[in-house]
Amino acid sequence: MRYLPLTDEDRRAMLEAIGARSVDELFRDVPAEARIDAPFDLPLHKGEIEVARLFEGFAARNVAAGSVPFFVGAGAYRHHVPASVDHLIQRSEFLTAYTPYQPEIAQGTLHYLFEFQTMIARLTGLEVANASMYDGSTATAEAVAMAARLTRRDRTVLAGDLHPHYREVIETTARYQDDEILSLPMTAGPEAFIAAIDESVSAVVVQTPSVFGTPVDLRPIAEAAHARGALLIAVVTEIVSLGLLESPGAMGADIVTGEAQGLGVGLNFGGPYLGIFAARSKFLRQMPGRLVGETVDADGRPGYVLTLSTREQHIRREKATSNICTNSGLCCLAFTIHLELLGEAGFTRLARLNHEAAIELADRLSSVSSVSLATPTFFNEFTLRLPRPAAGVVEALAGRGVLGGVAAGRLYPGVREAENLLIVAVTETCTQDDMDAFKAALEAVLTEGSA
Amino acid sequence: MIRFTEQHEWVRVEGDTATIGITPYAAEQLGDVVYVELPEAGKALTQFKEAAVVESVKAASEVYAPVSGEVIEANTALGDEPAKVNEDPLAAGWFIRIRLKDPAELDKLMSEADYQAYIKGL
Amino acid sequence: MSGGYGLTGQGRPTRSEDGPEAGTAPATFSGNRGLDVEERLIFALSRPGVSGVDLPEPKGLPTRIGVRTRTEAIGLPGVSEPEVVRHFVRLSRQNYSIDLGLFPLGSCTMKHNPRLNEKLARLPGLADIHPLQPVSTVQGALDLIHTLSHWLKVLTGLPAVALSPKAGAHGELCGMMAIRAALDARGERRRRVLVPVSAHGTNPATAAQCGFEVDEIEAGPDGRVSVEAVKARLGPDVAGIMLTNPNTCGLFEREVKAIADAVHAAGGYFYCDGANFNAIVGRVRPGDLGIDAMHINLHKTFSTPHGGGGPGAGPVVFSEALAPFAPRPWVTDRGAGFALVEDEVEAGTARPFGRLTAFHGQMGMFVRALAYMMSHGADGLRQVADDAVLGANYVLARLKDEMSAPFEGPCMHEALFDDRFLEGTGVTTLDFAKALIDEGYHPMTVYFPLVVHGAMLVEPTESESKESLDRFIASMAGLARAAKAGDTERFTAAPRFAPRRRLDETRAARKPVLTASEGAPASPRAAAE
Repeated sequence: MRYLPLTDEDRRAMLEAIGARSVDELFRDVPAEARIDAPFDLPLHKGEIEVARLFEGFAARNVAAGSVPFFVGAGAYRHHVPASVDHLIQRSEFLTAYTPYQPEIAQGTLHYLFEFQTMIARLTGLEVANASMYDGSTATAEAVAMAARLTRRDRTVLAGDLHPHYREVIETTARYQDDEILSLPMTAGPEAFIAAIDESVSAVVVQTPSVFGTPVDLRPIAEAAHARGALLIAVVTEIVSLGLLESPGAMGADIVTGEAQGLGVGLNFGGPYLGIFAARSKFLRQMPGRLVGETVDADGRPGYVLTLSTREQHIRREKATSNICTNSGLCCLAFTIHLELLGEAGFTRLARLNHEAAIELADRLSSVSSVSLATPTFFNEFTLRLPRPAAGVVEALAGRGVLGGVAAGRLYPGVREAENLLIVAVTETCTQDDMDAFKAALEAVLTEGSA
Repeated sequence: MIRFTEQHEWVRVEGDTATIGITPYAAEQLGDVVYVELPEAGKALTQFKEAAVVESVKAASEVYAPVSGEVIEANTALGDEPAKVNEDPLAAGWFIRIRLKDPAELDKLMSEADYQAYIKGL
Repeated sequence: MSGGYGLTGQGRPTRSEDGPEAGTAPATFSGNRGLDVEERLIFALSRPGVSGVDLPEPKGLPTRIGVRTRTEAIGLPGVSEPEVVRHFVRLSRQNYSIDLGLFPLGSCTMKHNPRLNEKLARLPGLADIHPLQPVSTVQGALDLIHTLSHWLKVLTGLPAVALSPKAGAHGELCGMMAIRAALDARGERRRRVLVPVSAHGTNPATAAQCGFEVDEIEAGPDGRVSVEAVKARLGPDVAGIMLTNPNTCGLFEREVKAIADAVHAAGGYFYCDGANFNAIVGRVRPGDLGIDAMHINLHKTFSTPHGGGGPGAGPVVFSEALAPFAPRPWVTDRGAGFALVEDEVEAGTARPFGRLTAFHGQMGMFVRALAYMMSHGADGLRQVADDAVLGANYVLARLKDEMSAPFEGPCMHEALFDDRFLEGTGVTTLDFAKALIDEGYHPMTVYFPLVVHGAMLVEPTESESKESLDRFIASMAGLARAAKAGDTERFTAAPRFAPRRRLDETRAARKPVLTASEGAPASPRAAAE
C-alpha cells in the first residue's frame, strides 16, 4: 500500500524486538467482544487513478461557480485568488506543519500569523486581533461570550439583519451558558434596535454590511450601547468591504468579528473558512483563541511565540476563555498572502471595483419590469424585491445556467416579508457578459412566471 | 505579625489591616510571573476562597484569601511590573490590602517557623 | 495558591556565552547563513502604491454606500509578486514539517498527507462551489458528504453523524450539547460530568462551556480509569462521562465497556474523545464499546493536513439515544436526489439542538479525508492501526530501558515516557525536547498528559519506515545517555541549529506586542473611546 512504508519483514523484526508474537497481541487490552477480525464492510484499497476518477465523478455533478454567471454571496464571497497564493500554501513547510508549539522551528508560521494579526487589527480599526477562529459565525458567538464575561451581564441583543445562521450559532452557543439572546425580527429597524438596549445588556451585535447588503452607520448604535454600559460587536462577513467603508473600530465598535474567506480561501462549499476576531487592547485578557507575540531569542534575535496562553484550555481547563484549541492556520496564510499581494493600493482598488460592479448590476436588474431595489445603499451585495417568491426564481435561474443569488426565504424560513427578496452579490470576477446574462435570464424567468 | 497558608500565601497584620501576597517558595515554583489579576477595592473576600489569579508563562494559579475581609487596596504597580512578585514577594510584590474581619481566623494559619518546616517537607 | 505547577522554567531563554559556531565561523555581513536567509516583516519592504496584483482602473462612479468611506490609510504593505513569493518561501524554510521528517508529536497524529488529496480538494467542482447554491447544483457535493458519513458510521459502528463541527474541540461541544439536549428532553437537570485528570484540556473546557460542572477522576496505578472509580462518583446528578480512548497515556481503557454500562445504568451518557482513533481504526468500533458520542479528528486519523494549526474538522458520531439531537444542517438521501436539511421547519421528527456553524462544515477536509479512506480501503485502514500501534510499541520496547516509562506495555499508538531517567542530571524534559530539535526532529509532546511527571509522549504514526524509526530511536537513546553522562550543556543550550534559539516567552507575555509597529498608518486609528 503506497502510504505505508513497513514491509512484512520489518513488521516481523519489530514484533521480535517487542517480544510479541503478533500484532493482535498488542491489542490484548481491547475487550474480546469488541475486537473485530474480519475487514469492515467497505471497499478495499484503491490506486490514485481509481480514487481520482471517483472524485471527478462527484465534482462533475456540481455546478462550479467559475463555470457560470455567478452572483451568490450571503456570507461567502467569490473573489479572484492570485495563482501564487495556492502555490505558496502548498509548500510542505506550511501545509504539513503543526501548531507552532516549538517556536524555534516554527518561526515561519508564527511570523505570518503576526503579520495576519497586524493586518486584521488595522483593517478593523482595533488594537489587537487573534490568530483567527473557525469561521465568522463561531467567532461572533465567542465575542458574545466574551462580552458577557467583561460586563458581567448576560443579555445580548442581535440585529434583525444579522446573518440568520450567525444568529442561530450564537443562540445555540449561549443556550447552555444560560445567556439570554434577544434576536430582533428581520424587519426591525435601527430605532427598534437602539430602543432594545438597556442596562441589562452586555452586548449588541450588528452586521455591516447587513445580510441584505446595507452598510450600517455604527456610530449611533455605539453611542447608545456605551451609554448603557454595553459593548458593540460589529460583524463583517465581506472582508473586502473594509477597503472602502470606514472601519468598525473607528465607528466605535469594541469587538469586530467576521468572515475573511473572501481573500485567499475560496468558497469550498462552506468550509474551511477564516474567522477573524479583533478587540480593544483593554479586553486582551478575555480574548479567546491563539495570540502570537513578538520577543527575542537567546542570542537577542527577534522572533515570535504563542503568548498569553494561560487564557487557553490546555492550561486553564474548565476556567478557560473558550474550549478552542486551534485556529484556521492555513486559511490565515492564504489570506495573508493574498492581502499582501494586493497591498494598500490593490485592496482599496479591489473594494472600489466591487462596489462599481454592484452599482452597474443593481441598475441593470432593477430596470427589469416589476423588480425593485430593496437596498438603496450597498457595498457589493444588494437585495431585490421580486414580484413572486425568490426561491422559485433562484431555481429557475439555475435552470438557465445562472446562479443568481440567495433567496432571503432560505435564510429566514417562514418569514413572509423575506419571501420575495433576492440577495445578490457581485465581485470583480463577474464580467459585463455575466451581468447581461443575469438580466436576460431574470427577465425570461419572470415573464415565464407571469405568463 | 506574619502568617502563612498551606497554599503558599502570606498575610501580614498591622492593626486591622492585613497585607496579602504569595511566598518566595510559591513565586519560585511558578517561575517568571507575567500577570496578576487583582480584585477591586470594596470586594469582600472569604478566608480560603479565591482572591486573585497569578500567571506565569505556562501556568495560572488562584490565590486564596488567607483571611476574610474587605479589599482596601490592590497593588496596581504589579500591572506594569509583575516581576516584583518574583524579585520581592514578601514586600514590593504584595497583592492586596484588606480590612481584617475576624482576627480569630489567623489561628488557622502557620507561623513563619511552621511554614519553613512545612515547605521543607514538600 | 493552587494550580498547575507542572511546567517549570519554560519562560526564560537559556543563554550560552559561546554560540554554536563560536570560534569557527565569522558572523556574516548579511545576517544570513548560507541557505538560512533572515526575513523581516513584510511592512519593512513596503513602498507606496506598489501592488502584486494588476486590477483595472475603477470608473470613478459616485458611491452608493450610504455611510462614510474610509479616509485614512489602512497600513497594508505595498510589494510586488516576486517580493511576496520570496517572503513566504523564506519564511517556510523556518518551519519543521512532516514532509521533512518524523514528527513524533503525541496525541497529534502527524502522519503523511497524500498530495492526491490536495489535488482532489482543488477540483473546481468541489472547491469552487458556494454553500448557498441551489441544492440541485451541488448534488455531487451532497453525495460526497453522504458517502463520507457512511464510511464514518461503518468504521465507528454508530448510526448517525454530525459533520458540521470544525475541529476536535468543536466536535466536543457538539457532543456535549447533544447530551444537554437529550437530558432536557428527558426533563432532567443533571449537571455533573466526570472527566479523568489525564484528559485533554479541551474536555473540561467544553463541559464548562455547556454549563456542566467538571468532576475529575483519578486514574489507577496502571494509567487507566477503573469502573470502581467511576461507580463511586455516579449519581442522579451525573450527566455523563468524557473519556478518551485510547487514553492520553497511549493506553486502551480495559474497562471501557463496563464503564459505559455503569454510566448508562446511572442514566448518564458516554462521550468519547476520539483524538486517538488512529490506534483502533478498522479494528475496533466505538459503538461496540457503548459510546454515545465521539468526535473524529479528520486531521489526525484521516490525514487532512494540520496546516500549521488548522483548519481541522471534527465530525461527531452518535448512538441511537443522541442521534435525534444532532445539529443542523444535514444531508439526506431522498432517492430522487440529495437534500440539505437546514431549518426547524424541515427537520421533521428530529430535535436538533441548534446550529454550530454558518454553513455545512469543512468540505475541503471532507474531500481529503474521504480520498484518504478510499485510498486505504477497509484493508488499508486496519493496516494503519496495526502499523501505528506496532511502531509505538517498537519505540517503547527499544527505549524503555534507556529512558523511563511509567506504564507497562503494550501501548497503543503512542509511547509515554517520564523524566525519572533525567533525575539528578540537571536536564529537564523541555531541555531534552530542545536537544531533539538539534538532532533534526520535531520534539515529542512534552508535559502532557499532566498525570505523568515530565511527560514525553511519542507518536510515530504508521508513516515511518523501520529505518526511520531506528534512526529516531538511536537519537533518543544517544540523548538519554548523554544526559546521564553529565553532558548537560548539550541540553540546556539547545537548540543550537534551529532558525532561532530559545525564545523569551516571559518577555512576550509581560509586555505583549501582538501587532507590528512598522508601516502603521501615520495617524493613529480614530476609535471612539
